[in-house]
Amino acid sequence: MSDFVAQFGVWGGFGMAVLQILGFVIVLLISLAFLLLMDRKVWAAVQMRKGPNVVGAFGLLQSFADFFKFVFKEIVVPAGADRSMYLLAPLITLILAFVTWAVVPVAPGWVISDINVGILYLFAMSSLGVYGIIIGGWASNSKYPFLGALRSAAQMVSYEVSIGFIIVTVLLFAGSMSLTHIIEAQAGGFWNWNFLAGRALIEDGWPMFIVMLPMAIIFFISALAETNRPPFDLPEAESELVAGYQVEYSSTPYLLFMVGEYLNIVLMCAMTTILFFGGWNPPFELDTSSWPYLVSSLWYFFWFAIKVVFFFFMFAMVKALVPRYRYDQLMRLGWKIFLPASLVAVAVVGAYIVYGAQG
Amino acid sequence: MSRISQAIRGALLMDFWSAFGLGMRYFFTKKATLNYPFEKGPLSPRFRGQHALRRYANGEERCIACKLCEAICPAQAITIEAEPREDGSRRTTRYDIDMTKCIYCGFCQEACPVDAVVEGPNFEFAAETREELYYDKAKLLENGDRWEREIAKNLELDAPYR
Repeated sequence: MSDFVAQFGVWGGFGMAVLQILGFVIVLLISLAFLLLMDRKVWAAVQMRKGPNVVGAFGLLQSFADFFKFVFKEIVVPAGADRSMYLLAPLITLILAFVTWAVVPVAPGWVISDINVGILYLFAMSSLGVYGIIIGGWASNSKYPFLGALRSAAQMVSYEVSIGFIIVTVLLFAGSMSLTHIIEAQAGGFWNWNFLAGRALIEDGWPMFIVMLPMAIIFFISALAETNRPPFDLPEAESELVAGYQVEYSSTPYLLFMVGEYLNIVLMCAMTTILFFGGWNPPFELDTSSWPYLVSSLWYFFWFAIKVVFFFFMFAMVKALVPRYRYDQLMRLGWKIFLPASLVAVAVVGAYIVYGAQG
Repeated sequence: MSRISQAIRGALLMDFWSAFGLGMRYFFTKKATLNYPFEKGPLSPRFRGQHALRRYANGEERCIACKLCEAICPAQAITIEAEPREDGSRRTTRYDIDMTKCIYCGFCQEACPVDAVVEGPNFEFAAETREELYYDKAKLLENGDRWEREIAKNLELDAPYR
């Protein structure tokens, strides 16, 4: 933004920033439409079905057809609902899901706002996401949404604690809260990515992958819980709460909830990629300094995108394979296993930074 | 001991990886989906679908108005009125089936002594209004004419087991 102001003046800079954001959002939404289709296709394939295949070739336009279906339906607001809050809740979910993407770097320099506490901002915004669900469940003034909202509040708060500690381990490795720095610290081949932490082993002889590999897996599982995905989809458990906090929602408000939810899921895939799997770094270092700017940027973006799609595929596979957790099991997993494990990991990584790391 | 092994299995996500392997195996197997309006599954010769009144090869309707089907119909979906025709043969003047009442039990075709009323292989007769599902004699005879080939073949295939 400040670069734009220097280049184009105040209003020109503002316009350029808006254009940049608009372009990012449009690309994000279109890729989200295809990721949604991929989600459904993956479940279908695991269940030996073909999945949506009627709208467009191989059903490629299914998400767009769904979009129009949602938009053209009637918005039903229950008589007992708090109308303004009821309509505000999906907006909160969607807007928070969008603003979080502002700090996600998709290729070197390709980021809307490269703030130096990016990870903190990201964490704060995804924590606020719980408000959309709580307000939605409460404002519906109905029993299933209320129960779903309560569950989701407890669940998201529990798993945020372990996610926070896992992020701290990554921060200690990178020595920075800027997502760009975190990614740059993992450059130079896949063994340098944080889930293997090869630099610690090669340079200092500390086998940190023993800690970081479980941390990557715990982060992924916590991300499942954080986004209310199966096996932790208790807030919307179909078999008991119908659809949880979404029961009373229809039409566009429901669409906003769903888009926000899926944006959060893709965001969690992107966070797993950035924090543990090297972000835009290709698995083998290539000297791209002589390449044209656009080609090298797209080369790095390709690696970022392919990793995000891989983790999204894993999200979909988990949904297709794993049965839902019981609520006490969910809480036990979060507080008794993930929290101590990530605390120990923080201590071990801290010890490595203090006693092991050179310079 | 079992708790320790269970803990190790859980920590290594053994159950998930085995499920993942199974899921990937299904991922690449041939899909069971039928593209319904374009592909259809096989039907048994005994399939009980839409009703039809059959004719003899010379065009004479088979039904002799014995009213056995009307009597046996558990849903009381069949209504028959009959009087002698000019040539003195006994024929129906009215033969209605209320398809909204019918439970497709097949008793009518079992009861029929002349194989006049049968349930054919057609199952795609959804309609927009209830009235369209109140079949009269003309509609049933038309069904018989349209599906005669399939119905005759099914009866022939099923004959050895009757």
